[in-house]
Amino acid sequence: MSAHDVKNAATPAEGQEERRINMIEAINEALDIMLERDPDTIVMGEDVGYFGGVFRATAGLQEKHGKTRVFDTPISECGIIGVAVGMGAYGLRPIPEIQFADYIYPGLDQLISEAARLRYRSATDYIAPMTVRSPFGGGIFGGQTHSQSPEALFTHVAGLKTVIPATPYDAKGLLIASIEDNDPVIFFEPKRIYNGPFTGFYDKPVEPWKKHKDSVVPDGYYKIPLGKARQVTEGEQLTVLAYGTMVHVAEAVCADKGIEADILDLRTLMPLDIEAIEASVKRTGRCLIVHEATRTSGFGAELSALVTERCFYHLEAPALRVTGFDTPYPHSLEWAYFPGPVRIGEAIDKILKD
Amino acid sequence: MAEQASNRPALALHVPEPRSRPGDPVNFADVDVGEPGKMPRPDEGCDPGDMKDLAYGLVRVLGDDNKAHGPWDPKLSPDTLREMLGHMAMVRAFDERMFRGQRQGKTSFYMKCTGEEATSVSAAMALASDDMVFPSYRQQGILIARGYPLIEMINQIYSNKGDKLKGRQLPIMYSSREHSFFSISGNLATQTPQAVGWAMASAIKGDSRIAATWVGEGSTAEGDFHSACTFATVYNAPVILNVINNQWAISSFSGFAGSERTTFAARALGYGLAGLRVDGNDALACYAAQQWAANRARANQGPTLIEYFTYRAEGHSTSDDPSGYRSAQEREEWPLGDPVMRLKNHLIEIGEWDEDRQQAMDLKCAEEVKAVTKEAEKNGILGHGLHHPFKTMFEDVFEELPWHLEEQAAQATREREIKWPDQHPKDGAGK
Repeated sequence: MSAHDVKNAATPAEGQEERRINMIEAINEALDIMLERDPDTIVMGEDVGYFGGVFRATAGLQEKHGKTRVFDTPISECGIIGVAVGMGAYGLRPIPEIQFADYIYPGLDQLISEAARLRYRSATDYIAPMTVRSPFGGGIFGGQTHSQSPEALFTHVAGLKTVIPATPYDAKGLLIASIEDNDPVIFFEPKRIYNGPFTGFYDKPVEPWKKHKDSVVPDGYYKIPLGKARQVTEGEQLTVLAYGTMVHVAEAVCADKGIEADILDLRTLMPLDIEAIEASVKRTGRCLIVHEATRTSGFGAELSALVTERCFYHLEAPALRVTGFDTPYPHSLEWAYFPGPVRIGEAIDKILKD
Repeated sequence: MAEQASNRPALALHVPEPRSRPGDPVNFADVDVGEPGKMPRPDEGCDPGDMKDLAYGLVRVLGDDNKAHGPWDPKLSPDTLREMLGHMAMVRAFDERMFRGQRQGKTSFYMKCTGEEATSVSAAMALASDDMVFPSYRQQGILIARGYPLIEMINQIYSNKGDKLKGRQLPIMYSSREHSFFSISGNLATQTPQAVGWAMASAIKGDSRIAATWVGEGSTAEGDFHSACTFATVYNAPVILNVINNQWAISSFSGFAGSERTTFAARALGYGLAGLRVDGNDALACYAAQQWAANRARANQGPTLIEYFTYRAEGHSTSDDPSGYRSAQEREEWPLGDPVMRLKNHLIEIGEWDEDRQQAMDLKCAEEVKAVTKEAEKNGILGHGLHHPFKTMFEDVFEELPWHLEEQAAQATREREIKWPDQHPKDGAGK
């Protein structure tokens, strides 16, 4: 099994009309389908009910599924995750939304000490089959409290899965798989690409999803297995490991520079598709790792270590990381901070020169 | 705008101090315990705002005359009272034996609930056996009242090969889905919003079961408790929040959770929860309060916060020596006595019990615990080889074993052959 297996999964079945939607619509569809299919699912969070969420991800769901299936919560992330643990113990399958990933910290004890360890500590007496959805990442002038990428805090915790989609097709299929998963899943949605695949060239007009091939999303139920990376482009010059918004930025930079890169969209950081990573890096001998999160102890450090441990004798150059800087996410200097085309371009040049 | 403050008196920080330290004389005269039978018993559908006195007074049933008084008397049958006394006696016998087991090196840790037996035994008896409980770490009385086998408790405490939790949890952090008993966490107060969530789920599903949680007065200071109260009131969840005010959180007296200025039951008022403050050493009052709250929750009339005013008669755990921070005299002077003695004396007073039967029961409890302990020791004691297979260390982190844990499990097995070469890998024990 490898990333190639799902490469063309977005192609609609014969006779089915191509339907193009954005990532918010894809997420909304996944929630709608799961609320319909599984009477034990519950959607809750700040402003998700009548209003439909600050990003509209839950629009229309309360009206359709009722107030005890889709409802607003107090502004208390500790409470939201805490009650979700209890609901899971009852037998429900809660899908809490944390309005911004930056707000998730008051819920960390409930996630780390409770949800993540419940199956283990109770020897399967109780599980926490929740999917915590949360918009993350910057590029929207959100300042330091609406732009963070805290994924490495969660991959460091035994018992949590971390999933990050990069396209509408993946968002729908991965969210359905996450909801059906019996382990707690942190589902980070790159909010910069909710409406279009941002390329990092911030001064160019934004393309809507409708022009992107991966906005073709089938009606109805389908899922994408957790732990399988997506092959974005194939190439022999270097491997690029990325996820979320940065997949599109890396793809645009490689296209702009005329580089034939093997770009892997990791999709899930835990469990990680180590087979796809190893196969690609052993073939290209060069590896670039890109994420928007701060650098030190970021998930890129883990990827770099894995590539070094497993592919060292195949490497022609050191694996390099391109990341956000180790500062809080600045407001006015957002584009100076963002790991965009210049930083990625420089790293690619260096890797290819070595 | 007011002038800058340079010429005003200096501010002073108040740091709470308990009424006595080691060697000090103890005087509880300032503790107002009220009169048994005097607190009114409102209707279970009562508006929380109309029962404020219940959050500041103390619901008491058993008087110094050993009789039951007033409207909170649950009027239990002698059989039920004897059953309650039996569970409390068993808890005490169990605690004694396990404490000794820890001192003999059979396990790493134990926690007694001496003096607090009524707060879990009576409360558990007032609930239905399938009502879900989210306890803290000192509610062994619930398991014993629900008939959880003692041998399972001891296997867990010894972390041996019979331990259903596979030796993963610190002793006394039990879990039993079969007994509607949630897995105990060592992180405090996390169980409180979980109980509310379970109760919300039960209401969403139109179930008839309710949830109850137990938390120490010290950890009501955690944000989780505030979240629990908020969610409970917002969704009118069918849940009971039991706060065990045993005066001490390890070495910190209840003043560090705010008791110098108000009661813990009074926390309920700000949230719009029903609040009851109860003599936690009075088994009948504990039962009556839990029953009142259960009836309220079951009728969709709302959640209740109950403070049990009691005293932690022993150390926090086997790792704690309370003589280092509080006066040993406190236990003797505690104005609300001992819960086991009080229930026993009540049964004697109503002609349904006597000292001989009490003695025989205590002996029977001690012998039963001793016999079960011996049985459990056949499964091993902590650190003596008879643990679960190595691979169980990696199982249940996730539903399925991912590649990185497969690799780490293989490493643990390799290390085992180096660390303990004389243990044959195929001998079953410790494999």
